Amino acid sequence: MTARPGLELVCPAGTPAALRGAVEAGAHAIYCGFNDETNARNFPGLNFSRDEMAEAIKFAHGRGAKVLVALNTFPRAGAFWRWSKAVDDCARFGADAVILADLGLLEDSARRHPDLRLHLSVQAAAANADTINFYARAFGVKRVVLPRVLTVQEIAAINREIDVETEVFIFGGLCVMTEGRCSLSSYATGKSPNMNGACSPASHVEYREEGGYLMSRLGGFAIHRVAAGQPAPYPTLCKGVFEAGDYKGYVFEDPVSLDAAALIPQLAEAGVAALKIEGRQRSRAYTEAVVRNFRRALDDYAAGRPIAAGELRALTEGQQTTSGAYRKTWR
Amino acid sequence: MADRTFTLTLGPLQFNWPAQKFVDFYAAVADEAPVDRVVIGELVCSKRAPFYADRIPAAIERLERGGKKVVLASLALVTLERERRAARELFQQTEHEVEINDLALMNWAREETPFSIGPLVNVYNEATLAFLVRRGARRVCLPPELPFASVETIVKASGDLGAAIEVWAYGRIPLAISGRCYHARAHSLSKDSCQFVCEKDPDGLPTKTLEGVEFLAVNGVQTLSYKYANLIGDLDRLAEAGVTSLRLSPHSGDFVAVTKVFADVCASRISPQEGLARLASESPEADFTNGFLFGDRGAAPLAPS
Repeated sequence: MTARPGLELVCPAGTPAALRGAVEAGAHAIYCGFNDETNARNFPGLNFSRDEMAEAIKFAHGRGAKVLVALNTFPRAGAFWRWSKAVDDCARFGADAVILADLGLLEDSARRHPDLRLHLSVQAAAANADTINFYARAFGVKRVVLPRVLTVQEIAAINREIDVETEVFIFGGLCVMTEGRCSLSSYATGKSPNMNGACSPASHVEYREEGGYLMSRLGGFAIHRVAAGQPAPYPTLCKGVFEAGDYKGYVFEDPVSLDAAALIPQLAEAGVAALKIEGRQRSRAYTEAVVRNFRRALDDYAAGRPIAAGELRALTEGQQTTSGAYRKTWR
Repeated sequence: MADRTFTLTLGPLQFNWPAQKFVDFYAAVADEAPVDRVVIGELVCSKRAPFYADRIPAAIERLERGGKKVVLASLALVTLERERRAARELFQQTEHEVEINDLALMNWAREETPFSIGPLVNVYNEATLAFLVRRGARRVCLPPELPFASVETIVKASGDLGAAIEVWAYGRIPLAISGRCYHARAHSLSKDSCQFVCEKDPDGLPTKTLEGVEFLAVNGVQTLSYKYANLIGDLDRLAEAGVTSLRLSPHSGDFVAVTKVFADVCASRISPQEGLARLASESPEADFTNGFLFGDRGAAPLAPS
C-alpha cells in the first residue's frame, strides 16, 4: 500500500461546549469566532467571549487540537480598531491561526504579528492561483480556504501552482454565490455577511399561515411556501423559489446542503491539506456526530480502507445533498 | 448648494448584447454622451467576449476621438486558464488604464502604472483603501452595498492618500457572482452548453417572488437587483462628503439621454427633481432606489434627499 496524504479535519464550534465536543470527537482543528461583528457567523447566542476563547484554546491545546479564529467580516469604516484588537487578542491567547478576509486587516496583522499564522478566509474568494500567490506574497498567508466555485480538477491545478496549503468545504451549508462577494442579504434586509456577519438573518424572517400554506418571508420578500403542517425550510435567499421568465422554481439552488464525503480521495489526491465542516450555528450533538464520522472516514482513507460514507447521510436529516461545484455539471 | 463637479464614469456593460448593438452603443457614447471616462471590456462572463472582442479596438479609438478617457475592465471572477491569461494581458499593455475587478490582477499591477479598482473588489474601510493606493490604485469605485456613513469615512481618508472615490450612481446593482450560470439553469441548460441564452435579456432577466413582487435580475453568472440605483437626487450630499466621481452603468434604451441628465444636474442646468422626472420618463419600466446608501436596506424605496 502506498502512503496516503494526511488530511486535517477542521471543525466548527459556535459555543465552548461544541468546541469541547468536537475536540473529543476527533477534530484536528476547530474554527470559531468572537461574539461580535468581527466574524461571519454573528448570530445571537452564538460564539465566544474573550475569556471563553482563552479557555477554549487552552483546552484544545491540552488535547493536541488547534484553534483557528475566524475574523472574517470586512471591518467597518471608522471602526477598524475593533478588528485589529481582536487579532491582538488571538495572538495573546495563543491561537494557532486567524482566518481573515480583508486586505487592510491582513496587512495590519502581518505587520504587527509577524509570528501569527494567517489563513485566508473563504470570504476573500481567492479562486485562482494568481490571487492566492498575491495573498501569499503580500501578507505571508499560509493557508487558503477555497471558494465553492471550483471543480476538483481546478483545485488540483491550483495546488500545483502555489506554495501554500488549501482547505476546502466538505460538509454542511452551501453558498452558491462566490463567498464574500454577495450582497443579496443586505439588498433584502440591510444585513450582510460581509459587513454584519449575517446572511438572511433570523431577525428578518417571518413565517405566516395563509390559505392552507405556510409562507416564509425574508425582509418582507416571499422566499418559500409549503403546505400548512409541512416543515418549512429556513428562508435563505439563494435557496428560495422564484419566477424568472418562464421558469418557476429554485432559480439559484435547491434547498440542498453540501456532502462531498465521497470525494475525500479525489480531494486528497488534488493536494488539499484540510477539509472543513460548515456549521458553527449547529448543536453540540450534531457537531460531535459529524466530526466523529468524518474523522473515521479520514482515518479509513489514510489506512487504505474503504470509506463508509453512508452513516453521514443520516446527519443531513433527510435533506437533499449535493457535491456542489466539485463536479463540473453543477455549473 | 455644494459644488456638483463630478467625474462621470460609464461602467462596463454588464449584459450580453449582440455585437452590432455593442458597436452602436459605444459609437453613440463616443459622439454624444457627456461622460469623462468609459470602462470597456467583459466583466461578467468570458464566454461572451469572443462575440465582440474584435470590435473593441475601433470602439476605443472612437471613444478617444470623442474625448473620453478609456479604461479596460477586468473580468469579475477569474478561474479558467484563458481567463487568467486575459487578466495578465491587461497589464501587458500600458496604453490604457486598467480597472481591477478580481484581485488576481494585483499580481501584475505596478505602482508606477496607475490603475483603478472596480466596485466588485471589497473595499469596506480606510485601511484597505490605503493598502490599494500604496500599490498604485488611483481611483476606487466603492462596493454598492456600503452605507453612506462608510462612504463618508472612506472619502475622508482618501483625501490624504490622493485617490478619487467613485460611487455606483445609476443602474441595476451587482449583488452576486457565481460559478453557476442562472440564465442557463432557468432554461434547463448547463453553463458549458448555455447557448448564450442571456442574450435574450438586454437588461437581465427579471426575477419575481412567489407573490409576483419584482425582486432580482439574473444576468448569466451574475445576480443583479431588480431596482435601478439612482442617486440623481443625492448629488449635493455626495459632493459635500467629498465623493468626486459617479458611475453610470449601461442599460438598453437611450442611455446617452441618461448620461445627459446626470451632466445637466451636475452643471445645475436643471434641478435634481427635474433630473429625476427625466430619468423616470427615459426608463418608465425602471424602479429606482438609493437604499444601500441612504435606506435601511438595498431594496428600500427611493428616499428623498
